[in-house]
Amino acid sequence: MANMRMDKNPMPEQEPLVRNRNFDEVALGYTPEMAIDEAKRCLHCKEPKCMEGCPVAVHIPDFIALVAEGKFDEACDVITQTNALPGICGRVCPQENQCEGKCIRGIKGESVGIGRLERFVADWHMEHGHKDGPPAIPEANGHKIAIIGSGPAGLTCASDLSRRGYDVTVFEAFHKPGGVLVYGIPEFRLPKAIVAKEIEKLTYFGVKIVTDAVIGRAESIDELFEQGFEAVFVGSGAGLPQFLHIPGENLLGVFSANEILTRVNLMKAYLPEYDTPIKIGKKVAVVGGGNVAMDAARSAKRLGADEVYIIYRRGMDELPARKEEVEHAQAEEITFKLLNNPVEIVGDEGDHVTGIKVVKMELGEPDATGRRRPVEVPGSEYIIDVDTVIIAIGTSPNPLILSTTPGLEATKKGGIVADEATGATSRAGVFAGGDAVTGAATVIKAMGAGKTAAAGIDQYIKSL
Amino acid sequence: MFKIVSKRPLNESGLEIEFVIEAPLVAKKARPGQFIIFRLDEYGERIPVTISATDPEKGTVTIMVKRAGKSTRMLHLMEVGDCLADVVGPLGHPTPMEGLKRVCIVVGGVGTAIAYPVAKGMRDRGIAVDMVAGFRSKKYVILEDELRACSVNFYPTTDDGTYGEKGFNVDKLRKLLDGGETYDEVICFGPLRMMKMVCDATRPYKIKTIASLAPIMLDGTGMCGACRLTVDGETKFACVDGPEFDGHLVDWDGVIARSTYYEAEEKEAAAHVCRITGGVREHG
Repeated sequence: MANMRMDKNPMPEQEPLVRNRNFDEVALGYTPEMAIDEAKRCLHCKEPKCMEGCPVAVHIPDFIALVAEGKFDEACDVITQTNALPGICGRVCPQENQCEGKCIRGIKGESVGIGRLERFVADWHMEHGHKDGPPAIPEANGHKIAIIGSGPAGLTCASDLSRRGYDVTVFEAFHKPGGVLVYGIPEFRLPKAIVAKEIEKLTYFGVKIVTDAVIGRAESIDELFEQGFEAVFVGSGAGLPQFLHIPGENLLGVFSANEILTRVNLMKAYLPEYDTPIKIGKKVAVVGGGNVAMDAARSAKRLGADEVYIIYRRGMDELPARKEEVEHAQAEEITFKLLNNPVEIVGDEGDHVTGIKVVKMELGEPDATGRRRPVEVPGSEYIIDVDTVIIAIGTSPNPLILSTTPGLEATKKGGIVADEATGATSRAGVFAGGDAVTGAATVIKAMGAGKTAAAGIDQYIKSL
Repeated sequence: MFKIVSKRPLNESGLEIEFVIEAPLVAKKARPGQFIIFRLDEYGERIPVTISATDPEKGTVTIMVKRAGKSTRMLHLMEVGDCLADVVGPLGHPTPMEGLKRVCIVVGGVGTAIAYPVAKGMRDRGIAVDMVAGFRSKKYVILEDELRACSVNFYPTTDDGTYGEKGFNVDKLRKLLDGGETYDEVICFGPLRMMKMVCDATRPYKIKTIASLAPIMLDGTGMCGACRLTVDGETKFACVDGPEFDGHLVDWDGVIARSTYYEAEEKEAAAHVCRITGGVREHG
């Protein structure tokens, strides 16, 4: 008989006013007892809606049934059949819009805590290993594949291909693999040790990772083909930060969220033994309402800012960030200045930021995206006193590959054109996926694209 | 790991040191005007530095580094056989040389090291190069023989008159232009304020002037936006759009202000470099 409690087992967490002063992980994870109890809430629907919501098609009811029986190793086997990075997905997927969003239990109460269970299983596996020892390494098929970018799209593609016996090499421009998982998402949401362990699993399957390799500059895609790679997957991400193009944006104390997050996450500016400089003032405004804005705001607080504001031009219901992240930010005393649109960043004679001028907005008719369009309230400008402004309004795809690869078709927004069903681009043997194609999206969507492309590449190689 | 295969001071001041580093992937492709980013060790910053020379056969890259902040001080204390944790590149666009016949290269201080591969590349393409090289004093002069070999006319200047003409390089440039010299292009390499002055000097003559800008760069691949500057009213990133820009269109005051942003922290950090352990850290 299923556990018919209406709400999820709550996630144990660090206290908000303790955690907003440290970079340790906020969510502490289920105990085995909590996981078994939560797993029993699953109704094992005949037609599981949750699976439809999962971009990498994890066999959700199957793994949950095994968790309910305490068979954590077997549950892990089920998940990793389709998902190479469960410890990461369990932490950063927007489950409320995907698997959990479709869960029948969510209609009358709270959905099953699928993400929390996935995380539990992955963490259990990392801590205890598998009772049957490490998995068998598939037989090599002799085909060489190059993957550009070691973010979620590239890693997933690498994982799927290596499990099919391909000889996979991943090229990463930074000194550490992981892409946005290491430079973008903060330690307190996704510990870097977890990312490193997930990547270790890939290298176990024979995936080679070459860091400090900027494809497009050091070597072109054409040269990779000359070296004997038979197919290339481009998962180079959405690199270029967008700015507001308002006066004062080049003042001292204005940063892109990418810069702050890279300094903190990849370059470990929060640890005293690292040389990376970082300057966060006492009053910080973060412009934007997505997950990156929440990450930047919560990082600023942890770096010692007294006041941190999220400035967003629409309302609470329109915030694109995950609900959980917004709630975490609020609990950590981040102040939300909603329906406020920045019009100017103001500074002193030394060109240092002293404030951000905003105009109040009200919500009008829904726009093309279905969200209610914000309209300025005339004469409502006012200045919020801040000494630091962080711009977190999105990024565009990195242009390096497109500009150095002849024959690769681009979208109007600078993404690479790729077939949704196979990841194939306009050039034979070149596949692409993730933010490099779509512009900034989510980790799991990039993983889904990496997975699709792995199947596409497999098909392509077999057709040669 | 990227091994240091040779190290030599470039002048008697010991302020500027040349390092030859094993980095085969970079050596294979680098062209004049491009840069690398290096990181000393796990705890180090990412430091951009222009490539001075490469040897694709040996797989080595030559850089010339002036002692400034903590990281460059630590690099100076490293020896042949030591390894850098990371060398990534080549980054940025190579210097465009298409269609040029006669060029004046104006360099100041450590900008000389950046100018050298460009001057050499131009000479190899048959472009006539006049070089105006400014130094503080005789003991800071670097690469003189190399630069002379690349130039049709070589004009050294020193602030104190201990070598070449007394005065600033920009004064000499102005004299040349006033004297009727004509160039297809002026290219300048050096401190930001110097390059701004060079651009001001050439503006009345309407000579296209290229400035090599290396403001604070972090990742060098266009990701962080830290190296943004305004060129002709548009936001550009030095690392992917540059590092060379039309100097007459650059918002110099903005670039100069931004470049000093971490100065205080860097001074403090540099004071903490241990003179005994040097490049070797006590932790980790």
